[in-house]
Amino acid sequence: MTTKSLGNPFSKDTDLRHGQSCPCEPCKNARIEAQTPLMSSEEMLEQAVESAIVRSVFGHSDIGRRSFMGMVGGTTAAAALASVFPLNEAKANILENLGPPEKTDLNIGFVPITCATPIIMAQPLGFYERYGLNAQVIKTAGWAVARDKSLSGEYDASHMLTPMPLAMTLGAGSVAEPYIMPAVENINGQAIVLANEHLDKRDPSQWKGFTFGVPFEYSMHNFLLRYYVAEFGLDPDVDIQIRVVPPPEMVANLRAGNLDGYLSPDPFNQRAVYEGIGFIHILTKEIWEGHPCCAFAAPLSFATELPNTYGALLKSIIDATQYASNPDNRIEISEAIAPTNYLNQPVTVIQQVLTGTYADGLGEVQRVPDRIDFDPFPWQSMGVWILTQMKRWGYIEGDVDYKGVAEQVYLASDARKVMTDLGYDAPAENYKSHMIMGKSFDPDQPEAYVDSFEIKAD
Amino acid sequence: MGLLSENKRAALWSVILLVVGLLVWELSISNQQVAAGELTEYELLTGAGTAKAGVPPPSEVLVKAWQELSNPFYDAGPNDKGIGIQIGYSIYRVLTGYFLAAIIAIPLGFLIGMSSVAYKALNPFIQVLRPISPLAWMPLALFIIQDSEASAIFVIFICSIWPMLINTAFGVAGVREDWVNVARTHELSPLKTAFTVILPAAAPTIVTGMRISIGIAWLVIVAAEMLVGGTGIGYYVWNEWNNLDLTSVIFSILMIGIVGMLLDAAFGLLQRRVAFVE
Repeated sequence: MTTKSLGNPFSKDTDLRHGQSCPCEPCKNARIEAQTPLMSSEEMLEQAVESAIVRSVFGHSDIGRRSFMGMVGGTTAAAALASVFPLNEAKANILENLGPPEKTDLNIGFVPITCATPIIMAQPLGFYERYGLNAQVIKTAGWAVARDKSLSGEYDASHMLTPMPLAMTLGAGSVAEPYIMPAVENINGQAIVLANEHLDKRDPSQWKGFTFGVPFEYSMHNFLLRYYVAEFGLDPDVDIQIRVVPPPEMVANLRAGNLDGYLSPDPFNQRAVYEGIGFIHILTKEIWEGHPCCAFAAPLSFATELPNTYGALLKSIIDATQYASNPDNRIEISEAIAPTNYLNQPVTVIQQVLTGTYADGLGEVQRVPDRIDFDPFPWQSMGVWILTQMKRWGYIEGDVDYKGVAEQVYLASDARKVMTDLGYDAPAENYKSHMIMGKSFDPDQPEAYVDSFEIKAD
Repeated sequence: MGLLSENKRAALWSVILLVVGLLVWELSISNQQVAAGELTEYELLTGAGTAKAGVPPPSEVLVKAWQELSNPFYDAGPNDKGIGIQIGYSIYRVLTGYFLAAIIAIPLGFLIGMSSVAYKALNPFIQVLRPISPLAWMPLALFIIQDSEASAIFVIFICSIWPMLINTAFGVAGVREDWVNVARTHELSPLKTAFTVILPAAAPTIVTGMRISIGIAWLVIVAAEMLVGGTGIGYYVWNEWNNLDLTSVIFSILMIGIVGMLLDAAFGLLQRRVAFVE
């Protein structure tokens, strides 16, 4: 993997003026000679700090630094520097003692769905401002465009689906670019909706030949739908058709009969009920109680090049997420995010999603307060689960370093640090086992978990 | 019937068709049954007290149009701007891509029209590239250019270049041999021949190509903006589609038609200016 612009500052062979992807000849040759070992994101952040300090000590004279390192040796220099400058403290403080953001005008992408609630509401409710940022939230037509605009740097950070930063880091369905996901947005909050004509087909084994919509290939929606139908003996690649449909277009397609049902983000599940087109078959919390869905993600370079901005942004997002997790605030939030500038939906629809008091399309009013919930902590075990499903359905092949990739992308310790700073409780560990449709998932045995499924891609 | 001139009769018929069409439309939309009296909680949650999304009668579209057009330049954040601003963005993208295309297509068309070798050499490429739907370029453009604004402009560029190129080549090649021979006997330089003889002679065909191009560019920008989002009239349609707000969708369809008509009319004027009688 490429660790952009992060050369070892204590080596005489690295040139801190040239990034690691620098195309100039000497750099290319140096790279071939010294393949840098895999670094976790935290190590990268540490090295970014070290690099910044070493550069400032040598007054940006890289020639001076390199000859000095050559004479005394990197380790000696590091020790000497540490005696006068508390390197370790500087590293630990990067998220605690944030300086003023290097860049305050930010563009943050979002797809208009309730999963993005914290990212969206942080704007009208002033969470970005609170941490000194002038962030604009930009509506995006779909996930592929969100991915491309994020990769091209038009968005500084973006609302994404939890599997996307993993897939992008691995280069699955995208150019490989290291991404980080320091916060989850929402847990639960999705549903399987069927068209009204299928009122009598509540048993999934009757769904042979159905066409379902999911918002993106690399989405929890796709993986949960596949998991669900496979538990009922259907092979999602053979017995049903799964089509990628941008969330806002789900309702129109269901009405037109192009889809028999979909597993999609809200408000489009509730909107189908509101329009009298479909009904809610099940909420996804019945498949996996507390599953992650959407996330806040950014390229790794954003965190390393603009650490103060990254820290401030992460604080505003986590603060907003915690605010959204309080049910008392949900009505206020519904009104804040319903206007044209944000979700562009009727307030009643948003409110039913966020409060969990909703019409199910079958004539009943359901009261499920945790229909959607918000919890920023990016469990690395969730990342491992997503990777097992990507492996199971053939999105990635060969040997997968499940934990390595999950740890590199899901920055649990950044989230923990910020959560603790803001006075919230954060879990002490990064892994836990999850229960999905009565089957427990052990993050320590990912390969065995993949093999345990009867229905999977060949 | 001899009392009215042909034009006046045609105008009268247009008005009659419009009024009848609108009346039929208005009457064919049955009033929705909105539940009255005490509503149960379930009815409230499914919006029984309010109208469902549906095709609106023209009177509603007119009300919507009045609202939007009376405040066309409001700016309520990056995702909610007035119709005037949205159309402005779209026209800006169309004109930028279009003029870039003209700068390349017209000189190249001249070259192809004047030299049959150049024509034969370039023709296979033109024939393969021309029928490609401009939107098919979008994923590639987004990936390579890495900028959604520039990608939209590129898509306009690539779709408007072909009619201009082909028409210019056709017009230039079709200039009467006699005129070029006269220029030659006057010992005009090739450049001077191109500007004083061929350009005026081929101008009507070239402008026809330009007129076709601007029409295509305007067709394509709506689709491109629906795909990329952000700003523009295409984004406006998409955003209102999200909300199943067909009144706004119909209103914006009308606006798209009107702007397209104005663009076409502008080139129609230009076409009359360059026309000549032999």
